[in-house]
Amino acid sequence: MAPPCFAGIDCGSWNTKAALVDAGGRLVATAVSRTGADVLGAAGRVLAELLERAGVARAEVAAVWSTGFGRHAITFADGSRTELDAHARGALHFVSGPLTVVDIGGQDAKIILIDEAGRRVSHKMNRKCAAGTGSFLEEMALRLDVKIGDLPGLAAASTEEVELGSFCTVFTGTEVLGLIRQGKRPADLARAAYRSVVKRVLEMERIEGRVVATGGVVAFHPMVVTLLEQAVGAPVTLPEHAQEMGALGVALAARAASQAEAEAAGAAGTG
Amino acid sequence: MPAPPRPAAEPPLRSAAVLKQLMADHFAAVDRAAREHHRPVAWCTSVGPVELLRALGYEVFFPENHGALLGASRVAGETMPRAHALGYSPDICSYLTSDIGSYLAKKTPLAKYGLQGAPRPDLLLYSTNQCREVRDWFEFYGREWGVPVVGVTSFRDLGEVEEHHVEAIVRQLEALVPELERVASRRLDGAALEAAVARSRECSDLWRDCLGASAARPAPLGFFDATIHMGPAVVLRGAQEACDYYRLLSAELQERVRAGAAGRPRERFRLYWDGMPVWGRLRDLSDLFARIETGVVASTYCNSWVFDALDPRDPLRSMARASLELFIARAEGPKERYLERMVDQFQVDGILFHDALTCPNNSNARFGMPQRLRKQLGIPVLVVDGDLNDLRCFSDEQARTNIEGFVEQLEGGRPVPARA
Repeated sequence: MAPPCFAGIDCGSWNTKAALVDAGGRLVATAVSRTGADVLGAAGRVLAELLERAGVARAEVAAVWSTGFGRHAITFADGSRTELDAHARGALHFVSGPLTVVDIGGQDAKIILIDEAGRRVSHKMNRKCAAGTGSFLEEMALRLDVKIGDLPGLAAASTEEVELGSFCTVFTGTEVLGLIRQGKRPADLARAAYRSVVKRVLEMERIEGRVVATGGVVAFHPMVVTLLEQAVGAPVTLPEHAQEMGALGVALAARAASQAEAEAAGAAGTG
Repeated sequence: MPAPPRPAAEPPLRSAAVLKQLMADHFAAVDRAAREHHRPVAWCTSVGPVELLRALGYEVFFPENHGALLGASRVAGETMPRAHALGYSPDICSYLTSDIGSYLAKKTPLAKYGLQGAPRPDLLLYSTNQCREVRDWFEFYGREWGVPVVGVTSFRDLGEVEEHHVEAIVRQLEALVPELERVASRRLDGAALEAAVARSRECSDLWRDCLGASAARPAPLGFFDATIHMGPAVVLRGAQEACDYYRLLSAELQERVRAGAAGRPRERFRLYWDGMPVWGRLRDLSDLFARIETGVVASTYCNSWVFDALDPRDPLRSMARASLELFIARAEGPKERYLERMVDQFQVDGILFHDALTCPNNSNARFGMPQRLRKQLGIPVLVVDGDLNDLRCFSDEQARTNIEGFVEQLEGGRPVPARA
């Protein structure tokens, strides 16, 4: 029988992501599905798709762990960790510490500081406001009358720098309407929306060391990464599978727990 | 032989039944005085000069306690909008807006004690040592009921408490006396004031002992239970009943300490809570911390009713000093030194700062203190956004992730446990 695999499911506000790692911790496959209103259903769907892609039977998965806002709703999960832990583990899979993980999701943004030994030192989450998150970009796309998927292309055509100064999503929406009336171009406003996200994230915490960007927003809106690099004056690592970073991280947590249990059993002479 | 299973949560203290009756008796006594006028009734701010009122025979009601009840019962969510509509901003103290809204809506959790509303006072006595809102709060009722509003305008953000600060407060306390005497229709008796200060000091010492017991592992009294058991220290300070209660509670806590860890919930980590409670989420947060086997063992909030300076040999001066030495009235430097002492006394693994949106005076995460303490003490810190009463400012999910993530951080390099 093949050595077991470990699956991670990251139940986010927009999408539920899944990742499968093998016994050696190598990423085998990923899958993404809309979360919708049925969190448990979405988790089941994405796990089935993951296993199909990987060509792995459910019996070969030693443990399924969950993360994300819906982590406690995934009743079939064998364990769970917060997104903070999962994204940190995911980022450390690609880059060693010290580093700062900037995770921008649909509903929240997080900054996670990790020391040289790979230990989390602190974290900050956005306040109870959508500014600086994917929801903010959704709202801006609505104001600019484009689909969210078209926002990157629109922003790429920007030629003039426009500042958005409001603190909250609703006020920024009103500000954007005013700027449209003043004749500002949608392309410049789209870029301004990205700059606004970066500004809100940067004011959450002082960024130190190497920066790794994770989450769905940076995966689909690379201008956020470009603007982040300009703001911090250093390259920002955008790992492959940035969107599935939480799922990968929690799959690695499941694997680590399994290893720890095996080691403990071995030490107790029961292995 | 395998160790006996540990309970997931602490069983209630036996003293809780006594506490419940004590609080019920307190509310009934103030209400009766307000209805039958056999004794004068005053409202007093929670860390105001209550000993003057006790010495003059007032029954005393503490509207901040009512605010906490409104928050804990989640009635605040219904009452606050009434005050907002009257011009009291959602950004100011949600105790104030909850309480004034309660009056306007004629809706109160005191109903379960048989009261139709907060007892109507003959006089309102404030001290701004905690915030300016208390004065605005009392002045609303002063206008509404045409009763005198008197108080002390205190110093804030004090570094060292110096003699001239104390002297200024003593002068104000002395100036209050004629009006307090007029409404009470009696003269202030020096011996009665000394006795009231002596009882306040005794209550303070006993309450300190109760809180100090949680230096033991596991802590016999966690923060969430302590916010309930501190009731008498707030509403009966200066009265004998409070001293009697804390003697009882202290003895029971010492029993728990002597019992050790056997039969007690596991305490993998110990945290310190700075800032206000989230009254409407006490149970949820208590359950969350129990589930992740983390004790919130000490707090600034519960220790705010410890008044070391009180001295019956010098009543007014010691009352003045006690009111100025309070944590909430101090500058960042003394606050940091206080927290450093608490971290050391209670041997905590981290500090949680609750940043209450409508209570800037009791939120200490706004001028860089968590970051400074993390650096100075090498201790992990966490800031949780929320509020004392306005649950619209509190995200359950975000708070849970923040707290669980923090405890995962404390686990550090330890093996990842199967589902925490």
